[in-house]
Amino acid sequence: MTVLAKPAEPARASHMISIAGVELEIFERGRGAPMLYLHGGGGIALDLPFIDLLASERRIVAPSHPGFGKSSLPDWLDSVDDIAHINLELMDRLGLTRTDVVGLSIGGWIAADLATKVPERLERLVLIGPVGVKTGPPDKLDVPDVFAMSQHKLDQLRFHDPAKNPVDLASMPEEELHILARNRETLALLTWEPYMHNPKLKHRLHRVNVPTLFVRGASDGIVSAEYLERYAALIPQARTETIAEAGHLPQVEQPTATAAKVLRFLQVAQAAETSGARS
Amino acid sequence: MKAWHFSENAYPYLPPAEEYESIRVSLPNRIYDPKKGAALYDRYIDEWLVAEDEGVEIMLNEHHQTATCVDPAAPLVLAALARLTKTARLLILGNPVANRRQPVRVAEEMAMVDVLSKGRLECGFVRGVPYEVLPANSNPVRMNERQWEAIDLIIKAWTSHDGPVSHEGQFFHHRNINIWPRPYQQPHPPIWVSTTTPGGAGRVGARGYVQATFLTGYRGTPAIYESYRKGWREAGRGHDVPVHRLAYAALVYAGESEAEARSGAEKLLWYMTANKVPLHFCYPPGYVPTPVHAQILRGAAVDQHAANRANATVDKAIEAGIMFAGTPDQVFRQIKQMYDHVGGFGHLLIMGQAGFLEHDETVRGIKTFAREVYPRLKEAFPDTAVSGVREAPLGARVPA
Repeated sequence: MTVLAKPAEPARASHMISIAGVELEIFERGRGAPMLYLHGGGGIALDLPFIDLLASERRIVAPSHPGFGKSSLPDWLDSVDDIAHINLELMDRLGLTRTDVVGLSIGGWIAADLATKVPERLERLVLIGPVGVKTGPPDKLDVPDVFAMSQHKLDQLRFHDPAKNPVDLASMPEEELHILARNRETLALLTWEPYMHNPKLKHRLHRVNVPTLFVRGASDGIVSAEYLERYAALIPQARTETIAEAGHLPQVEQPTATAAKVLRFLQVAQAAETSGARS
Repeated sequence: MKAWHFSENAYPYLPPAEEYESIRVSLPNRIYDPKKGAALYDRYIDEWLVAEDEGVEIMLNEHHQTATCVDPAAPLVLAALARLTKTARLLILGNPVANRRQPVRVAEEMAMVDVLSKGRLECGFVRGVPYEVLPANSNPVRMNERQWEAIDLIIKAWTSHDGPVSHEGQFFHHRNINIWPRPYQQPHPPIWVSTTTPGGAGRVGARGYVQATFLTGYRGTPAIYESYRKGWREAGRGHDVPVHRLAYAALVYAGESEAEARSGAEKLLWYMTANKVPLHFCYPPGYVPTPVHAQILRGAAVDQHAANRANATVDKAIEAGIMFAGTPDQVFRQIKQMYDHVGGFGHLLIMGQAGFLEHDETVRGIKTFAREVYPRLKEAFPDTAVSGVREAPLGARVPA
């Protein structure tokens, strides 16, 4: 966790951009081929060291979703679909005509939704511990109800080693705590019903015609191995991988291994494309 | 002052609290014996009928998936009461409209009860306590906005009489609203809204609805009422806020002797001691404002059940102003003290049954109150009084 211990100072810097009436907080890092990075339900703050690892090879565009971080939340916005549209406009604004997209947890849902809308705008797709589909039986939640359990139980599901949870609620500065609380509220707004999924999404994922990598932490108690496999089966060119000794936040518990896996997948894909172009 | 007998229809036959995580939301209903439950419904309805016989009005409410209040469809009991009673006003406080998917259906139910009762309905709307969002699968975010849109839609449904009207709002969509029956009372039944915060009360005051607060005590109530009065005045309703716009709910037990009163009051404390609910049911994200939510994440929230148990004594409850209990004289004085402290209120909502307060004890409490306290309250606190005039209530003024 040395990466977490001393994040580079510039990594905290963000700027605001106005998109469709939403004041969107954007973190932009690195150079190279672009990657749209869509954070999970906890917000982007914990991911910044991981983003820096990815930025060693890529240009990262990482917005705080509406209602998360410092991004505003207009009254009309209440769905993942809305956020996907915001990201479409963000891509237009920043000239991301084709881009890799990496999404985590609910950000994975946004990424998958976005990919069904404009598959031609994507190079590659990486979904880390994604939610968003319902593939199991009606009488069993695909995703455990994170709004109906104690913080202790939730941490057990989220972390391989709950002791490694870097968030210390007791000592967290007031401003960060406020953001954390607001993130949780926006998460509830977006995912309450239908819980953590859009029933339509699984009928649209066949449109995603780019190489797709599904990743989950081996100890993830939120997104099960079975869930990930069934999700991946809905996208034609998808495969799955596991990060050892990680839970629902492999980017936090195993940032180096996770970044390496993501970058390797994107490089391999890029290389394959390059060689394909030569032949 | 009007007094209302309120019973939550509790199911008290539970295993020791240590054996379950929560009395609400997740308590398995195998614990509920329908035969005992049927007897309880008979009994609680009988107690409401006793209240009517004694000249006390009737109030009921609605909760879900809980042993504390086995009345998950209050309009059904209300309909039964509409036929079983003849004179009492019937207050439902209230319809949890932020959790009801079809406000127009609520408008229909209430109009029907109003007609069945020949115009005796007092219609309350509540946002619903936090433990209600899971049973209703109701999003805890933007509940206030949903509640107010629902209230406006219900009023529109009640007051539109010339064929279908429509509503296309943020939360609710109806192309064809044309309810049958329409309400018996015109333009619609009196509206009540319960709020436990000053922020909410200002809005209720601006609308002029009856504002009810529950167990907010000496400490919390003055700011809520003041906010109501401010909202009332700023909306141009005039300077004087009639006391009959304000209601206060407390645990109430009057006994012929102090010993009898104490015994009944002790049993009423079940209301507080039985409410064992874990934190994650108490603070769904979005239910409280973000700064409060942040402090709860920080660990500011305490185990309410433990705190309630530790503090649940008759003396502490009386001292806090959440219970009025004792001999008729004592109860009158306690109510008067609260009345004077908050600037006056026109409705006393009597939580007059809880847990193991048996039928005969409940009935004795109702009768003692009705015969020996209520007449004095009516005389001392006339409905024509103005709230917020602490020094000289209207009823005490010398006519000019």
